[in-house]
Amino acid sequence: MFADLTDRQWLWGAAGFYLVGLLLGTASLLRGGRTSGAAIYGAILAGYLLQFIGLGLRGHAAGGCPLGNRFEIFQFTAWSAITLYLVVGVTFRSSVLGYFTSCLGAVLTVLSLSIPSWDAVRRTHIFGGNRWIELHAALAMFSYGVFGLLALASALFLLRHFSLKSKRVGGWFSFLPSIMDLDHIEVRLLGAGVAILTAALAFGSVYWSRDTATVGHVKLAATVAVWAAYCAAFGLRIAGRLLARRFAWTCLALFAAALLSLQAVDASRHPGAPPVLERSPP
Amino acid sequence: MSELCLFVIGASHHQAPLEVRERLALVSEEALRADLAAMPGLREFAVLNTCNRVEFYGVGAEGEAPASVQAAYCARQRFDAAEFERIRFRLTGRDAALHLFEVASGIDSQLLGENEIFGQVKEAYDAARSLGSTGAVLNRVFQRAFQAAKHVRTHTGISSGRVSVANVAVELACNIFGSLAGARVLVLGTGEIGEGTARAFRSRGAADLAIAGRRAERAAVVASGLGAGIMRFEERDSRLADYDIVVCSTSAPGAVLGTAAIAAAMRRRPARPLLLIDMAVPRDVESSAADLQNVFLYNLEDLARIADENRSAREAEVGRCKAMLALRADGLWTQVKPHLSAADIVPGTPRRDAAGQAASP
Repeated sequence: MFADLTDRQWLWGAAGFYLVGLLLGTASLLRGGRTSGAAIYGAILAGYLLQFIGLGLRGHAAGGCPLGNRFEIFQFTAWSAITLYLVVGVTFRSSVLGYFTSCLGAVLTVLSLSIPSWDAVRRTHIFGGNRWIELHAALAMFSYGVFGLLALASALFLLRHFSLKSKRVGGWFSFLPSIMDLDHIEVRLLGAGVAILTAALAFGSVYWSRDTATVGHVKLAATVAVWAAYCAAFGLRIAGRLLARRFAWTCLALFAAALLSLQAVDASRHPGAPPVLERSPP
Repeated sequence: MSELCLFVIGASHHQAPLEVRERLALVSEEALRADLAAMPGLREFAVLNTCNRVEFYGVGAEGEAPASVQAAYCARQRFDAAEFERIRFRLTGRDAALHLFEVASGIDSQLLGENEIFGQVKEAYDAARSLGSTGAVLNRVFQRAFQAAKHVRTHTGISSGRVSVANVAVELACNIFGSLAGARVLVLGTGEIGEGTARAFRSRGAADLAIAGRRAERAAVVASGLGAGIMRFEERDSRLADYDIVVCSTSAPGAVLGTAAIAAAMRRRPARPLLLIDMAVPRDVESSAADLQNVFLYNLEDLARIADENRSAREAEVGRCKAMLALRADGLWTQVKPHLSAADIVPGTPRRDAAGQAASP
């Protein structure tokens, strides 16, 4: 029975579980109780496994990491963020972070599944059998997942900061982690994201240096700009020049810019050698 | 031959003012337990004795057992029987079980939703069980009460938020710093409220505490009592950057911490937030300090308002808690009732435990 399911059906199943996590958290918050960390974690884990299968089927069909169109990029970014949450999220001891992670997973997956044009055409064998460039792309997308989680932590920081400054600490706000805990999470996530993106660009630069014509100027500029901006934010934070609310807003703005840059990256992929295009199955 | 009943008889803060409760508190609990253990017609019993209530839960001959327990208590406590009759309450059957559920959940407490009562009920039950004075009925009723109490505390907001000013201050600090183990706390002023707040911080894990008062001798006494360090009051501006939390409660006529001094301190520690708790009237901290980045300023009015909001939020949950507990009490009662009506009591019959073994009186 499950063998007949298409990759998109698996991915819909994953989106369903992320939505369940989101609804569970919302319901318990509206009831005024604590969010059930275990239930949300279970829903995210189930969604993650289904997404893993769906993306695995895609990857098998594409002959590499499934990053052939905007739909796959969004799916892979959500999967990366959730991978990181499942690995390190429990140490944050915050069911609210789980709630927001399920929110991010649900938004990215449902959005990408709901816009058929994003998945109407997809490139296959986009890495031309080159494992290094495939690693570059996978790491780059994984770093975007990390930055997605960083954006979530930053949003939580801003909410907590707002609650404390406006002296409204009861109700929903009482479930937020502390300012310092969120700040530590942000710094660690930013450091991890910068390191992964740097590694991704290092692998990519080896490939690019052999044949500079393979990468379009727009993609190159967008990628380097995102990397440089995150590096600058990290440097300023470590130097104590970008702190608290400004730091959180910066992380949010950078993630929005990073998502927008994906369009430029996607549009200018392999200008020199047009990839093989195929129609996605309905 | 009488029919068995589950009952509770006692008096609490609802009926008895403080001066009466002082006389109600059991002075010789063990002697009274011995009296009750020897009482014919009383199958099972447990005694709950706290600063706000004295309650006797029992299973025994309907009508006779509650009256005998009341008489034994008044005699042992030397409490006027007529006065006790005026202030006491008596509940039987499902209502008695529901009362215990509400007590264990904290919704019958003077400080609504407080947690301490849960431990006190548990201690009362453990004491009764170790004495062998509980049996099939009370064991089930108490265990269900603990489950019910945990359920409502987990699934409602009856225990959420702090309702005293000192604890609200500590909770705010936790919202900023998480664990207080690494936070450095400075208390400016040596009044009762400052000392009480410092104690609250200490009890929540704040290890690094310093006291500064305008009267050095008094500051030394307070610091010694708290196991805290002493700082000279005049150094408050220059050493402000060393602290994460500053509690102000001086009786100075004007501000003792100015915005300029706080801004200067923040320039030396930009990455760490500063929590200022101003409990003084007139205020000790210039109000414009609240606009500084990474500075969180709360005055006494703010703390009192948050405590009031938390109290109101708890009160709003009472109806939901009562409904949850009533459902559980109904469920329990349908299980317990057949045991009571099937087991008529003959005066002098020894109590039996849950396994049906004769228990020593």
